[in-house]
Amino acid sequence: MNKYAERLYNGIVKENPTFILMLGMCPTLAVTTSAFNGLGMGLSTMVVLVVSNLLISALRNIIPDKVRIPAYIVVVASLVTIVQLLIQAYIPVLYDALGLYIPLIVVNCIILGRAEAYASKNSPGLSVFDGLGMGFGFSIALTCIGFFRELIGAGTLLSGTPFAMSLPEAYEPVSIFVLAPGAFLVLALIIAFLNAMNIQHNGNKKVEGCDGNCASCGQSQGCTDAKN
Amino acid sequence: MKELILILISAALVNNVVLSQFLGLCPFLGVSKQVKTAASMGMAVIFVITISSAVASLIYDFILVKLKLEYLQTIVFILVIAALVQLVEMFLKKTSPGLYQALGVYLPLITTNCAVLGVVLQNVQKEYLFAQRGWNALASSVMNGFGTAVGFTIAIVIMAGIRERIAYNDIPKPFQGAPIVLLTACLMAIAFFGFSGLI
Repeated sequence: MNKYAERLYNGIVKENPTFILMLGMCPTLAVTTSAFNGLGMGLSTMVVLVVSNLLISALRNIIPDKVRIPAYIVVVASLVTIVQLLIQAYIPVLYDALGLYIPLIVVNCIILGRAEAYASKNSPGLSVFDGLGMGFGFSIALTCIGFFRELIGAGTLLSGTPFAMSLPEAYEPVSIFVLAPGAFLVLALIIAFLNAMNIQHNGNKKVEGCDGNCASCGQSQGCTDAKN
Repeated sequence: MKELILILISAALVNNVVLSQFLGLCPFLGVSKQVKTAASMGMAVIFVITISSAVASLIYDFILVKLKLEYLQTIVFILVIAALVQLVEMFLKKTSPGLYQALGVYLPLITTNCAVLGVVLQNVQKEYLFAQRGWNALASSVMNGFGTAVGFTIAIVIMAGIRERIAYNDIPKPFQGAPIVLLTACLMAIAFFGFSGLI
């Protein structure tokens, strides 16, 4: 596998930011009330992630080491503001649904984490692919959680898109799934399911990743040091 | 006064920052293994969020609005928070080493706690603006920040208490680690739903 494809595989499967690394939990749980919202959040984050990886990688020899974190934050915050204004102008439905969580992409630990752990050490080309891989991994995870929550909690499929469908009238939606507790429940069950698959696959080998104990989430040091 | 108390209760219990708004989940899941560390984290968060709500509101009302630069709010707020955390850290180190020791490594971690940025942005969204409501607006912002942080502390301390107990339980293999913590959070969120009729 060439190293560009390897970055994609790494982001989507091996180090999936949501299911394996447990990064960026806030948007993951907050906006996934439907598959459409999850996908919108995932793609917005991906755009920011790819461009910030590109810029930070290109600037990696210019930014002094001591002030690198503030510099990264300014780059990310500017990109997020641009994305926020674009969504507000062109996809107002999504803007209303995501609300506060669009500006909060700034503090999504995935973005600062990748900047610190990958983009600041590698070439712009590889960094873009790293961003793409992580972004896809994040989008897939969010869409997946949103899909289940929407299906069980509202009895609809892919509402908000041209492919909208709904379950038969006889189905009584379990509305707790689109409310706050449902988010925790669905994520817990998905991770437990993946763990169970993993255990079956690898015997009793412990699941990799930081186990949800990323005390320094977003600070990125803790997670990335443990990983490297 | 009554309005301020309502804001406090609503921010701390009804719209609990962690369990119903999903902000600050990383420290909530990461630093909740022991009640003692969870309580220090909570204290640090109360400290920082209360101060940054006040400072960010002032900056928004008297600089950004005056210059018509409201669209720069995200960039300005995150920088203000980062600088403020550093300042608070230096100030505490000089003036009260005891408290500084207690808060320890948790202070710098707060910069990227999304609850801080979230509250500050919320204050603007809820229109606690000086232009409309004068000094009352500032009081509301600070109260909203304080209430949110208290809510965070309540949630993280309860979570740590539960986790200390489940650490010795026999949990099915696939549920060990993150899933059982998320399930606990799920049950807590259901419990906090009970507060929704309060206001």
